[in-house]
Amino acid sequence: MTSEMPDARAGLPARAAGQGAPWATSSRPGTFRAALESGAFTVTAEIGPPRGADAGAIARKVAPLRDWVAAVNITDNQGASVRLANWAGSLAALAAGVEPIMQLTCRDRNRIALQSDLLGASALGIPNILVMTGDHPRFGDHADAKPVFDLDSVQLLWTARTMRDEGKLLSGRKLNPPPSWFLGAVENPSAPPADFRAARLGKKVTAGAQFVQTQYVFDAAAFAGWMAQVRDLGLHERCHILAGVGPIASLRALAHLEQGVPGVQVPAQVARRLRGVPPDRVADEGIAICAETISELAQVPGLAGVHVMAVGAEHRIPAILRQAGLAPMLATGRAGHAG
Amino acid sequence: MDSRTGDGPRAAGARPATVAAPPASPATSPRPVSPRAPARSMYLLHHLLEPNAGYRRLAAWLEARPRLRRLFTAAEKGVKQEIFGCRMCGQCTLPSTGYACPMTCPKQLRNGPCGGVGADGCCEVYPEMRCVWVEAVERAESQGRPGDLLRLQLPIDHRLWGQSSWIRYWQGRDEDLWTDPTRSGMEP
Repeated sequence: MTSEMPDARAGLPARAAGQGAPWATSSRPGTFRAALESGAFTVTAEIGPPRGADAGAIARKVAPLRDWVAAVNITDNQGASVRLANWAGSLAALAAGVEPIMQLTCRDRNRIALQSDLLGASALGIPNILVMTGDHPRFGDHADAKPVFDLDSVQLLWTARTMRDEGKLLSGRKLNPPPSWFLGAVENPSAPPADFRAARLGKKVTAGAQFVQTQYVFDAAAFAGWMAQVRDLGLHERCHILAGVGPIASLRALAHLEQGVPGVQVPAQVARRLRGVPPDRVADEGIAICAETISELAQVPGLAGVHVMAVGAEHRIPAILRQAGLAPMLATGRAGHAG
Repeated sequence: MDSRTGDGPRAAGARPATVAAPPASPATSPRPVSPRAPARSMYLLHHLLEPNAGYRRLAAWLEARPRLRRLFTAAEKGVKQEIFGCRMCGQCTLPSTGYACPMTCPKQLRNGPCGGVGADGCCEVYPEMRCVWVEAVERAESQGRPGDLLRLQLPIDHRLWGQSSWIRYWQGRDEDLWTDPTRSGMEP
């Protein structure tokens, strides 16, 4: 991976923070940002840390993706269920040679802990942060937990940007040295209020988002409609937009997505296709649908790439991308959309 | 993972009463409240409550008298609780959210809805309730005020819970609640 790194990352600012971290690895920070800025169709993948004290689980999931993705998202107790920490998982991904995007939610930490974790991430060489509100504890394995939500995602983006660009905390105290990361946000184009979703992304971009990854897209045509609003606001020029995609691996997963995941809608034609094949063919059909969606999305003007969420089936991501007509990314930028 | 109580038919546009179902965790999660007054009358009323020299003097006078201040605060709480489900965060942002209170969102989001809003506009945590941000956007747009929703609402000061936001507002202490409307190409 290192050997293919271009020297032409000249556009990236020198990183004062995080240099000399003892676990600095084969992965050099900035791969993801450089890929986006090169204009290549960029792929990222979601990695859920294990429920257990095993950093090796991250390495095993990440290794097959090394040539295929520019970065991996390390989730932050996704679904409000306890997992290995986001920062620890991010370090494990770095050690496995893939650049992490550390997810950070507002659910479990107040503004003191959030700012502290942000500093820690920068100091340890975690180059990308993805800020989100977070699922409510009610959906997780500790429904009896106290939800924090001291800041919301827009406020946290603004806080992080202020820490980085103005070198100060919310309290006004100076940071020495200031942190540096590439800042991202999430958006759900298909959730109501529909006519406010693009404007809400604009709010996040103004607050500091440099890239955005969306919730699952199953309907590329509906997504293209949202992207038209995004382009009307000029947001695709101020922020790199990656559409979230993922294969539905089983009828059980389909039922779960249809009913159990807030903000996700599976279109009727997708459900029909999955229910219309023999049970042993559902997983393959799910992959075929996902690959078709990626091919359609690659044609949407202003879209920077896709974020593949294949939780529990990360090893199948290369096959999905191949089927979608994408060549390996080799961490330095894709030659182009081959399909 | 827990699930929403399903996608069964829900009366379109229904405004469920705030007292309908028992809260899942009353101590920690606010419940969305649909305001019990039309947006138009709230914007009109706002003009009557706009800061002026009289209100400023009244606020300063009340502030110097703890018992009267407590009485006034209780009256403010009574009115706002009845209409908006006010929880007395002390930093009222109602005029910029179509008079739907974002502090009744279970995640207390002051800058817009989360990604979990149901296809029919229901709250992800309390599926029997409408998302307060769906209400806020509808109400602000109906009164020609969608630009208000683009303001970047800054983090709140948790020391102010329980205090009168009117006394603060009339004395001009609410001015750091949000930054300038977030412009740069975002106007409709």
